[in-house]
Amino acid sequence: FQAPLTVSPKDPKMDAQTPMKSATSYNNFYEFGTDKTDPSENAGTLRTRPWEIAVDGDVGKPTTFGIEDLLAFPLEERVYRLRCVEGWSMVIPWVGFPLAELLKRVDPTGNAKYVAFQTLSDRSQMPGLKYPVLQWPYVEGLRMDEAMHPLTILAVGMYGETLPNQNGAPVRLVVPWKYGFKSIKSIVRITLTQDQPPTSWNRSQPREYGFYSNVNPEVDHPRWSQATERRVGEFSRRKTLPFNGYGEEVASLYAGMDLRKNY
Amino acid sequence: MAAAQKNLAKGPVARALASRWAKPAVFVLGLVPLGWMVWLGVSGGLGAEPVAEAVRQSGLWALRLLLVALAVTPLRILTGQAGLARFRRMIGLFAFFYALLHVSVYVGVDQFFDWAAVWKDIVKRPYITVGMGAFVILTALAATSTNGMVRRLGGRRWKALHKAVFLAGAAGCVHYVMLVKGWQYPPFVYAAILLGLVALRYTKSPAAGRLSPSYRT
Repeated sequence: FQAPLTVSPKDPKMDAQTPMKSATSYNNFYEFGTDKTDPSENAGTLRTRPWEIAVDGDVGKPTTFGIEDLLAFPLEERVYRLRCVEGWSMVIPWVGFPLAELLKRVDPTGNAKYVAFQTLSDRSQMPGLKYPVLQWPYVEGLRMDEAMHPLTILAVGMYGETLPNQNGAPVRLVVPWKYGFKSIKSIVRITLTQDQPPTSWNRSQPREYGFYSNVNPEVDHPRWSQATERRVGEFSRRKTLPFNGYGEEVASLYAGMDLRKNY
Repeated sequence: MAAAQKNLAKGPVARALASRWAKPAVFVLGLVPLGWMVWLGVSGGLGAEPVAEAVRQSGLWALRLLLVALAVTPLRILTGQAGLARFRRMIGLFAFFYALLHVSVYVGVDQFFDWAAVWKDIVKRPYITVGMGAFVILTALAATSTNGMVRRLGGRRWKALHKAVFLAGAAGCVHYVMLVKGWQYPPFVYAAILLGLVALRYTKSPAAGRLSPSYRT
């Protein structure tokens, strides 16, 4: 690994790292079940070697990256806050590299306005696919400028170790200023597109989950408030920050946009 | 049928139900989920988010015990064990107890007595509105559950009031269906059981026909 890089730890108390045991045993990964402990109990069946990500669409050089190719990118540690749409949060030291580095290798064309991501969908490895909780495979998307932003990373590890299966092994997205469900796990395909791609939760409940899904204490989820969150391991709630506290870095991406409409 | 019932009433099950130890035993059983939750709490078994898990577990037990309380009368009719009836009130009160725990942990621990936030939740969020509705009904039923209250209200009015238990059960199920993300099946299992229990009461089997006066209470 290269020298550790810590991003915006302005308040040292606020950014105390979540115990690894919590971050690896309290997960939403519905491909392995809907209870928080299901992924850590069931994800042992996920085979992470060999693994490939196909990168295609509006690119000059469509490429399939093996997991070895991904691990060959210069890896850095990033300590990010993770805010779940359900109202809890963690602070996790990820290990990975900027998504921009990968995208540069495939030569996006001028048509590429969005990036679509897809999770593995294999019933033999993912028992949760038996239930129609969502339409499988899980898909997510970013606007091109969000995808190219230096804070957006592909993670292959956490807490200095290889990414555990329940956390989206072998490679997942981490977009720290958006609700956790945007940070899609166990990615097998990345497609650059001209049109805004469908995203799983938006497809399931369009009124509740928008395409952007930026952390925003002002815009409530229709079924619960987003004004506060509980940091896992703490007792009382804390105020949720706009853009999960990364406004200085990312607010300019949304200049002129009505974030109540584009939630 | 009446003869069969008489015979059953003298069987070992009937004797056990009539025993003076039966009620204390049901009382202890009703405390088992609480004991289990306390044990999980002190041993770290509630996981990374113990507050959320305590809210979830207490809510589930309130709903489960409400369904058990609603199953007492159909079970009494189907088995002919008249002795089951005397446990119904206690089981219903345990359902209220776990609902009270559920609401208390939500208000006191999750929201830390932020009454403004709680009130906003109640008026703004349908699943909490519905859940609070169920809790208000259960509170009214618990408050009028004593023999004295039955006497004061009069049997007929008391029965009419306590039919609201079905409304509380339905609200509890709707609350659960509404709060989960995506298309999850467990809430529908509870709803199906409740519908089954309601359907049983309105099915006119020959046996039920004969027993109907008390059957529909």
